[in-house]
Amino acid sequence: MKRTVFRNRWLPYALVAPQVAITVVFFYWPALDSVRLSLYRASPFGDRLIFVGWGNFARLFNDAAYVRSAMTSVVFAFFVTVIGLALALVLAALANAKIRGLGVYRSLLLWPYGIAPAIAGILWLFIFHPSYGVLPYVLSFVTAYQFNWFLKGWVAMTLIIVAAIWKQFGYNLAFYLAGLQGIETSVLEAASVDGAGPIRRFLAITFPLLSPVTFFLFTLNMTFAFFDTFGLVHSVTQGGPGDATSILVYKAWKDGFENLQLGISAAQSVVLMAVVIGLTAFQFRFAEKRVNY
Amino acid sequence: MARAVEATATVGLAVTARRRRRDWSGFTAHAILLASVAVLAFPLYYAVVISTQTVGQATSLPPRLLPSTALLQNYAEAWQRAKMGRLLFNSAVMALAIAVGKITISLLSAFAIVYFDFRGKWLVFWMIFVTLMLPIPVRIVSTYEVMTQLGWVNTYWGLTVPLMASATGTFLFRQFYQTIPDSLAEAAQLDGAGPLRFLWSILLPLSKANIAALFVILFVYGWNEYLWPLMITTTPEMRTAVVGVESLVPRGGSQLAEWNVIMAAAVMVLLPPVAVIVVMQRWFVKGLIETEK
Repeated sequence: MKRTVFRNRWLPYALVAPQVAITVVFFYWPALDSVRLSLYRASPFGDRLIFVGWGNFARLFNDAAYVRSAMTSVVFAFFVTVIGLALALVLAALANAKIRGLGVYRSLLLWPYGIAPAIAGILWLFIFHPSYGVLPYVLSFVTAYQFNWFLKGWVAMTLIIVAAIWKQFGYNLAFYLAGLQGIETSVLEAASVDGAGPIRRFLAITFPLLSPVTFFLFTLNMTFAFFDTFGLVHSVTQGGPGDATSILVYKAWKDGFENLQLGISAAQSVVLMAVVIGLTAFQFRFAEKRVNY
Repeated sequence: MARAVEATATVGLAVTARRRRRDWSGFTAHAILLASVAVLAFPLYYAVVISTQTVGQATSLPPRLLPSTALLQNYAEAWQRAKMGRLLFNSAVMALAIAVGKITISLLSAFAIVYFDFRGKWLVFWMIFVTLMLPIPVRIVSTYEVMTQLGWVNTYWGLTVPLMASATGTFLFRQFYQTIPDSLAEAAQLDGAGPLRFLWSILLPLSKANIAALFVILFVYGWNEYLWPLMITTTPEMRTAVVGVESLVPRGGSQLAEWNVIMAAAVMVLLPPVAVIVVMQRWFVKGLIETEK
């Protein structure tokens, strides 16, 4: 910790004031208000609030639609994070060689990070478009199955998963490539001399040594999949067909803003808050240990 | 003599074998990276191509993967129909205000936390820290109510100020200030410079790289934010560009799907943040690493 050097009675307060003011008004007030609202329900005429205690939460967890939405979120986040990272890791490991132009590749990989999830979704929406899209067209030569995401839940889910993975992929790959550059080739060569095959070398050396990168990317992609994908769902599938792609953030927004169920939406916000706190705690717990061998 | 020649020959053979293997692995590496780059680029390429075609071409089968001649008409049409000028202006206001505002207030609060000792310092520190756990989706309804009470719904204030406070910037600058030797501040004090003078003429120039790094990340974040502008704006003139593109996407079967115009709008919207990343790539990579630590 740094030794403080300046002395002034009021200046430090003035310096932190903007940040503290914004934090209190736009973070703490609404967050506490969410907790408060989650304990109430609007009266039938909407003119006053009735205290229901845990009622909203009880209703939420007994609501099949909410449980489905939670499952949808978990499936979505799982595919985006696990498949996205596995793909990036395997390709990075295969491409791990001292080659020229790595900087150029990095530039060519990183740009999709700048594309809004909503826009990424719209690009992929057209590729998946049942009437004009290039993907269903190509698939129509292989199978008679109709890959129509307007009608089939799993196709719609695949669409948003692919769009999300696409947006994150170059970024994940670039981080893995950078991580691999940090591994001493002598270690791998020594293992090779000892007769370890490429798969064994990968599992025994590369993967463990890359665990800090994996961990970093895992929390990042997880947060992305849970909280930054509202635009993707809203601009592409709008939760549909049915509620096949109605992930938690989308449902919380829809219940609060379109269905005007304030208490229920606030209760969903509180559940989401618990998820973020869990993710952050997980991150700090392991970041301290610096997952490495 | 003969033996020496033999030995050199063996060594030579080993070297060529190794070189050959290395060439081969370099070749695979290039092949994999090129393939990744191509797959990543395809959706953008396809979007650009569609944006140069007429409606008939864009919706014909088989899909045409080559550019056509309707580029100018489509972009003009998208510009007019979505009031793109206004939307892009709103996006620019939002992205720049969030980037500049967030950098400024976090610079100041980090300065106070590192260089002063004041009552309540740790309270302030933890207050800022906890905001890491409160992204917008977890407090949707309540934040909207706060905005209503402030009269900030559908204003630029509402669009920008609430997103200016967050922990990442403060932590980044705090970490950086801590690496600056104390002697620098002490010397400044001996020269009779006050804290603000020290901040302005010594700390600020030293923080340039960090400011640039944070700027790229925040600009992209502000430009691409979706849920917040969707919630807080009520008239089409206040919408940001990313939200505006969504309103062009046809819902239901009756609407004519002018995908060429939609793609033209999408390309216009994604270009600025992608350009910022490409142009400021060095700082972008630094920002990615520093802000996610």
